[in-house]
Amino acid sequence: MAIVYEKSRGLTDAELHYCPGCHHGIIHKLVAECLVELGLLDNAIGVCPVGCSVLAYNYFSCDMQEAAHGRAPAVATGIKRTHPDQAVFTYQGDGDLASIGTAEIVHAAMRGEKFTTIFVNNAIYGMTGGQMAPTTLIGQRATTCPGGRTAEQAGMPIRMAEMLSTLDGCVYAERVCVVDIANLNKAKRAIKKAFQKQMAGEGFTFVEVLSTCPTNWGMTPLKANEWLKTDMAAYYPLGVIKDNTAEVK
Amino acid sequence: MKKEVIISGFGGQGGLAIGKNLVEAGLAEGLNVTWAPSYGPEMRGGTANCSVVLSDKPVGSPVFNHSTELIALNEPSLAKFEAGVLPGGTVFVNSSVVTDKVSRDDLTAYYIPCSKIAEEVGNSKVANMVMLGAYVAATGVLKPETIEAMIAEMFAGAKAKFIPLNIEAFRRGMACVK
Amino acid sequence: MAKELWKGNEAIAEAAIRAGCDCFFGYPITPQSEVPEYMSTHLPKAGGVFVQAESEIAAINMVYGAAGSGKRAMTSSSSPGISLKQEGITYLAGAEVPAVIVNCMRGGPGLGTIQPGQGDYYQSTRGGGNGDYRTIVLSPSNIQEAVDFVQEAFDIADQYRNPVLVVMDGLIGQMMEPIEWREIPKRELPSKDEWAASGRKGRAHNNIINSLFLDPEICNAHNVRLAAKLAEMEKNEVRWEEVQCDDAELVITAYGTPARIALTAIDILRSEGYKVGLFRPITLWPFPEKALGDLAGSEHVKAFLDVEMSTTGQMIDDVRLSVLGRKPISYLGCAGGLIPSVEDMVEAARKALKEVQ
Repeated sequence: MAIVYEKSRGLTDAELHYCPGCHHGIIHKLVAECLVELGLLDNAIGVCPVGCSVLAYNYFSCDMQEAAHGRAPAVATGIKRTHPDQAVFTYQGDGDLASIGTAEIVHAAMRGEKFTTIFVNNAIYGMTGGQMAPTTLIGQRATTCPGGRTAEQAGMPIRMAEMLSTLDGCVYAERVCVVDIANLNKAKRAIKKAFQKQMAGEGFTFVEVLSTCPTNWGMTPLKANEWLKTDMAAYYPLGVIKDNTAEVK
Repeated sequence: MKKEVIISGFGGQGGLAIGKNLVEAGLAEGLNVTWAPSYGPEMRGGTANCSVVLSDKPVGSPVFNHSTELIALNEPSLAKFEAGVLPGGTVFVNSSVVTDKVSRDDLTAYYIPCSKIAEEVGNSKVANMVMLGAYVAATGVLKPETIEAMIAEMFAGAKAKFIPLNIEAFRRGMACVK
Repeated sequence: MAKELWKGNEAIAEAAIRAGCDCFFGYPITPQSEVPEYMSTHLPKAGGVFVQAESEIAAINMVYGAAGSGKRAMTSSSSPGISLKQEGITYLAGAEVPAVIVNCMRGGPGLGTIQPGQGDYYQSTRGGGNGDYRTIVLSPSNIQEAVDFVQEAFDIADQYRNPVLVVMDGLIGQMMEPIEWREIPKRELPSKDEWAASGRKGRAHNNIINSLFLDPEICNAHNVRLAAKLAEMEKNEVRWEEVQCDDAELVITAYGTPARIALTAIDILRSEGYKVGLFRPITLWPFPEKALGDLAGSEHVKAFLDVEMSTTGQMIDDVRLSVLGRKPISYLGCAGGLIPSVEDMVEAARKALKEVQ
């Protein structure tokens, strides 16, 4: 019998703890597949955040470091600068990267640190129970904005990919999602490209993956996918935000 | 033998450098030495002073309230540190800048026109070397040869043209107290 | 070897390079900025990595990353900056990652002053960050010790897989003094291959640097193991110096700059016939509790005088825990960047002795 599907060997056999319908599992798989397909798994060091993916060091089958909340880009800087031949990546959520860790991500990008950041944006604090994130949409309910986020009280949501793209050290930034096969394939291409550019020594590479949180959004997984496509993608447009090798139009 | 010296002036006047020259020469002569600067937010222009210890025994405290000598490169320095000089101590005043006189009669005072002599020698930047010469001649704590060898080392190579200038300034300073 | 004149901060940077420091991550703050300045020029020449971080928090986390991947990593700062580094230091201790952190202390609290201080004793010796951990704290009182201790700190950190602090007051960082470059004692150091997250490169298992243990039983077991390691450090690494304590009726307890000021004060007091000695903890943690306790128990010692650059004293608590009420302890201290004078110390010693006569 022919094998039609198997788990990536870039992942360990540990059972994932993520909620039903959450996209973290899919995004883990894409990162793992890219590392395997690029022949980088044995020369990879990942840094995981504080947040839902705090246990990612149990899932990726490569050397890993667990960072303090928001500090993954600083940790990755320390690793990559002393191990320039290794593929180094951070895997961070929106609270981690866009709130407590803004200084670290902005300055890593400014310095053009040659690692790849996978930014999983699900517009909410998942692990701590659904509080408002800097990426929570206007009108979206969260446990710290039960009536829905307002611009008056919390400002407008932050678009990290666009913001980091303004820095010369950031050579590649793309926003993707994994709600269907077509988008999933695009997401994988983006992640692979980011790692390729990293290993070519071009600079800082950033892939923002819009993701769902059915549990804290209070939706079914299918409804969550729908909301991502309609509401989230409307505020966070999908596509290449910056590519230093793209042809000038 | 133990010398506890305060050297004080405006930032940029070379007071800290005089202190460094003293400890370098002291080290070359096998003395125990420490150099402790006052440090502040102003990089230039504010008052800057350092405390230097030259001793034939290991140095305990690198800072002190009472000095054996004071080198005052500007008026605020004389006003601030004169009271702390030990009875029988010596004060060296840069008389090109300071018009005040030492008020205590239990101190020996030398008035050295450092800037004027430096300009006569050809460069106002060597005023600190003039003062160093005065200190060495008056206290006898360091050998002039040691200082001159140090100057030669300091300006070795591309800067060698500055050696005669500095040595001349140093000797003119020595001559002021003879 | 000939003695060389060095400024404290530059000397400790050079010492780290000589100790095989692979990387330095820093942030400017007075009075330690000469350390990153020196490193920026000289570390890359020695094949190492220098990065000026965006903050002290980032700097210590860069240290965590580099050291977690097996490199000899260092950072330095001064008091307010060290407060910011506490997050990283507890992660280093929790994940058992060795690193060297230099604190060139200034007066506090808050922004305080840029002049020397010793107000970080509690923070240094009680862990400083969250959780149950300690760091070995080496406290030099001159530049020779500073360069020796910084070199040893890398070995001690590697031996125990624990961060090591070198804590000195700003005066030691700013002053100049002759030193010798001398060999430091050799230690048997374990290989880092088994744990460092440096990329698998053919290794069968994944190395994971982590301090998260969600299961309370497992977290407790981890803490028990860390505690055993701390007990080892307490047994093996405690250091102190006694000067003229053999017949002393009054023992001055001090570390760092006040300890060297005490040497001058003791000379004066001895010349006046007062029997005064100095007990100087060199490791602030582990504190030389037994040695000081032995002194407290000896017949000839009548009293102690603790001197610190702190208003009411911090180390004095450890002195009390060692003396255990057997002899009176008086205190002399000043904060905010002032340095206790020889004259004040002589006066306080005379007074302390008079009270027990």
